Amino acid sequence: MSRQSLSKAHEKITELSWEPTFATPATRFGTDYKFDKSPKKDPLKQILRSYFPMEEEKDNRVFGAMDGAIRGNMFRQVQERWMEWQKLFLSIIPFPEISAARAMPLAIDAVPNPQIHNGLAVQMIDEVRHSTIQMNLKRLYMNHYIDPAGFDITEKAFANSYCGTIGRQFGEGFITGDAITAANVYLTLVAETAFTNTLFVAMPSEAAANGDYLLPTVFHSVQSDESRHISNGYSILLMALADEDNRQLLERDLRYAWWNNHCVVDAAIGTFIEYGTKDRRKDRDSYAEMWRRWIYDDYYRSYLIPLEKYGLVIPHDLVEAAWDRIYNKHYVHRVAQFFATGWPVAYWRIDAMTDKDFEWFEDKYPGWYDQFGPWWEAYSRLAYPGKNKPITFEDVGYEYPHRCWTCMVPALIREDMVVEKVDDQWRTYCSETCYWTDAKAFRPQYEGRDTPNMGRLTGKREWETLYHGWDLADVVSDLGYVRDDGQTLIPQPHLDLSDPKKLWKLNDLKGIEFGSPNVTLNNMTEEERVAWAASYRSNPNRTPASV
Amino acid sequence: MNAPVQEKVDPAPKGAAQQSFPKPEFTGAEAGMQVFPSSTSRSYNYFKPQKMRATVYEDVTTDVQPDPDRHLTQGWLYGFAKSEGGYPQDWTALQSSNWHAFFDPNEEWEQTIYRNNSNVVRQIELNLQNAKDAGAYSHWSPTWTRFVAENVGAWMHAEQGLGMHVFVSAQRSAPTNMINNAICVNSVHRLRFAQDLALYNLDLSESLEAFDGKVHRETWRNNPSWQGVRENVERLTAIGDWAEAVFATNVVFEPLVGVLFRSDLMMQIAARNGDYITPTLIGAGENDYNRDLRYTRALFSMLTKDAEHGEANRAIMQGWLDKWVPVSRHAAYELQPIWSQPAERTVTFAESFAAATLDFTTLIAELGLTSPKEQ
Repeated sequence: MSRQSLSKAHEKITELSWEPTFATPATRFGTDYKFDKSPKKDPLKQILRSYFPMEEEKDNRVFGAMDGAIRGNMFRQVQERWMEWQKLFLSIIPFPEISAARAMPLAIDAVPNPQIHNGLAVQMIDEVRHSTIQMNLKRLYMNHYIDPAGFDITEKAFANSYCGTIGRQFGEGFITGDAITAANVYLTLVAETAFTNTLFVAMPSEAAANGDYLLPTVFHSVQSDESRHISNGYSILLMALADEDNRQLLERDLRYAWWNNHCVVDAAIGTFIEYGTKDRRKDRDSYAEMWRRWIYDDYYRSYLIPLEKYGLVIPHDLVEAAWDRIYNKHYVHRVAQFFATGWPVAYWRIDAMTDKDFEWFEDKYPGWYDQFGPWWEAYSRLAYPGKNKPITFEDVGYEYPHRCWTCMVPALIREDMVVEKVDDQWRTYCSETCYWTDAKAFRPQYEGRDTPNMGRLTGKREWETLYHGWDLADVVSDLGYVRDDGQTLIPQPHLDLSDPKKLWKLNDLKGIEFGSPNVTLNNMTEEERVAWAASYRSNPNRTPASV
Repeated sequence: MNAPVQEKVDPAPKGAAQQSFPKPEFTGAEAGMQVFPSSTSRSYNYFKPQKMRATVYEDVTTDVQPDPDRHLTQGWLYGFAKSEGGYPQDWTALQSSNWHAFFDPNEEWEQTIYRNNSNVVRQIELNLQNAKDAGAYSHWSPTWTRFVAENVGAWMHAEQGLGMHVFVSAQRSAPTNMINNAICVNSVHRLRFAQDLALYNLDLSESLEAFDGKVHRETWRNNPSWQGVRENVERLTAIGDWAEAVFATNVVFEPLVGVLFRSDLMMQIAARNGDYITPTLIGAGENDYNRDLRYTRALFSMLTKDAEHGEANRAIMQGWLDKWVPVSRHAAYELQPIWSQPAERTVTFAESFAAATLDFTTLIAELGLTSPKEQ
């Protein structure tokens, strides 16, 4: 369709909507934002007549590549280290995708603009595409990769695991609470506009370097839909900015959305890229370097800062704080260490870091070895069962961290940990901003104004609480992370499948008691808690070289 | 034939570092290379497929939306201000002893959605191009030209309103991913068909001088024949209960008004009025509805036959019939005058309405429901 006829067609399609007089559409999802004064802004023009064939063509390319990968036996050259992390990533990502589809009615309810409604409806079906194409990619991995265990239990594991919880709150953030906070600011303005760059562009390039060219094929196809979604979000933002009353809410939501996305997406994608790769070329970008390019330059400097011309206060401090955490405070490395220390309750195998990895990390992140090297050496030493417990339960100078009540990634930068009594419960947070999110932002009042539509943090947010006082073998049985012999664990702290003696079994976990840090915290006296907090913050959590 | 010209390649700028590349490495990570526990566990094992082996549709759809009744152990992590988050089951009055028993008979997932809709789009585009090339519209009488401009034009609004404010809205709300995806696909059928009709209207405006491409809005807003349909559509969009909205649209409005207009009027009379193009478009919309009716029938059959809640569900649905059938019958009756407008009248309203009513009564009888008596 030519540009001229596309414009004409789009103009014609605008005639489809009308002002109802008998009854108005049910408003089921509320917002505290107001759009009464907003001029109508058009998103990117999209006609379904051209949309469907375009997407079909994209699909054909994806499925052609899939066939080629099978015929060419791509799996002869994929790195197991990489593929194992895909068991986590691909268990998480279809849910945020489908949640984005479900989020569209929230935005449609809130924004009185039929042109945007059309854009959002197309986005809705895009997201169904993304969710199912990703599930299908995972199915292919399950069928053709050497170790299908973990892929075979994928959506159950996502719904009950200690890591899936982090991704789940990301997806639930799109579909619950204030309609604009969820479906526009959190989902579109931040998650899609900023963080899909690392999710769908940076990570696939790392996949290719590890012999997996299907992940780039699928995710670049997904990413090519995102520009339309970004356009939807930007149009709604411009409409919201027309009312001064929305400014305070936008600034609140940008702070929440930016920080939560950083906590969650950087934790996960940073780990996959840095610890899932075998590519240790020195001129290969680190996650921090990728982040600087894709998030800091392309999003913050090119997208967020220009919004200042509309008088919007941009969370510069939080952007800089995120960078500081990633580069100087080793956020991603601490997350990877947390995931690896929790290997017995994972549903994938986690490969140890080697001297080659150490050298690369030290080059990219000076000071890395002192902080993490001896711990990874201990991880390798304790990789096999028989003579020792899993590293989590051996004294290697690593204290299991407390969860952040808001983002659910633990408080890993220990000096920044916040402990406060909120809703009659002692809770820990990874940062002041996550504390603010729970205690100030997700409340029915905000800075003196009523915010009756704002959502609430709910659920059993500390996963460990579910199994407090359980035997570790019973925990893993209950999770279902056991292979088809009924004994061998799906997770292993190494990649060696050749020797059955090297594979951990349920018996190896018996007699180890699992505990919840939050339950323990809430049982402390005032004095104990103060002492514990001081100790937590001052503990570098560094494994001594002698261990 | 000229010899190929060798491409001139600029040498790397002085001082630039040599770009390195990752080296392929043979890892032997393909299926079957080793035998170990679960080395042959190559199917998703957390749900029971309908048959011995799961279909692609089941694999890519089931349990993607978590459920505290199945594997979700921590509950929903975010809530609305005054209600539970996630997908609360009380967003409809209907109940199920197992919402997850529903699987879409159309097995819609990425490939089916795009292949099906692309095929429809291509078929329509070819038809319209051929019609233009053949000058097919030039034989239309002024009466028929006006009839299409007003009535086919008005119908596109109904499709748009239902697509956007019934189905897009409802796909947020059902308790399982299988139900929500089926409703979601229903919504894009509606929206695509609305756009098909709008772009047909644009084509006709450009091809026929006498064709009034704007009159559809006035017809939809103010023509007395169409006010019952508009009222019905607007009231459907105002329903808060997602299942009631889908039921009142696909089980009541569609047979009594949608099929009445599309199949029992347009498909019957167009050819006799020299128009062989409009039925090809309308037929595409009818095909969409037939496809969507398959999941609708499967969903509501499951709920009326539910061992624990079937009786209560039937009572609720019977109540919905009592509420919505009069609205749709009223809409159909109000539409009656348009049967008299074309020069060639091959069917009467009574014949069309009898056919539509027969389809409707068959459908609800399958669900174990009865049609409310006419007042």
